[in-house]
Amino acid sequence: MRLAAIATAAGAFSGLFGVGGGTIIVPLLVLWLGYGHREATGTSLAAIAVIGAVAAAAHAAYGNVDLGKGLLVAAPAIAGVLAGTALQQRIPERAVAAAFVVLLLASAAVLVL
Amino acid sequence: MDALDVAGLLALGFAAGTAGGLLGVGGGVLFVPALVVFAGMSQLGAVATSLVAVVLVAVVGTMRQREYGNVRLRDGLVIGLLAPVGVLAGVVLANAVSERVLELSFAAVQVGFAWQLAKEAGLR
Repeated sequence: MRLAAIATAAGAFSGLFGVGGGTIIVPLLVLWLGYGHREATGTSLAAIAVIGAVAAAAHAAYGNVDLGKGLLVAAPAIAGVLAGTALQQRIPERAVAAAFVVLLLASAAVLVL
Repeated sequence: MDALDVAGLLALGFAAGTAGGLLGVGGGVLFVPALVVFAGMSQLGAVATSLVAVVLVAVVGTMRQREYGNVRLRDGLVIGLLAPVGVLAGVVLANAVSERVLELSFAAVQVGFAWQLAKEAGLR
């Protein structure tokens, strides 16, 4: 039931802003389901893979996806995600939480400005 | 795109992927402006195209985190498969309420989460 609520909230914010699923999924997994921060981020990525694939297919059907440019920005991002996950295993869980708090506040500030 | 634009795409792409791996987000928040500014795309084209990168980051990140034992795959798939219901609700809401109100509401939700996470982690 709580998973369904998290899914609906994450989907709603994605539908509203085009981005933003992760900033909803991670805090709700931690606060509602008692996930550790590493588990919450890993599980969030699994959900985003599914949500993103559905959204990408829908956008591709309308001809809005430029695959070449997508892959150009994805290539360094794949290197980045390998670095980011490796780094995450080597820092304390509290540091992951603190970084996420900074991300949330920065994201909120961008929305307000 | 000139060399500077390609460099910009590579740098922001790497930053978005790192944030994705570290924080469990897709990175769209960085991919979209990168594609608008450095690849000259429209907002809609950039959002659609960014999803290619978001999916690849999420798949690679999930595989890596699984090796570390940090993925509850069933929960993640349930959230992913049920999210489209929320997307529909979000699209309806986006057409019913002013954009400024939505932006401020989302910002308030994020500040609320930040405060609760900080409290939970004993950061205050």
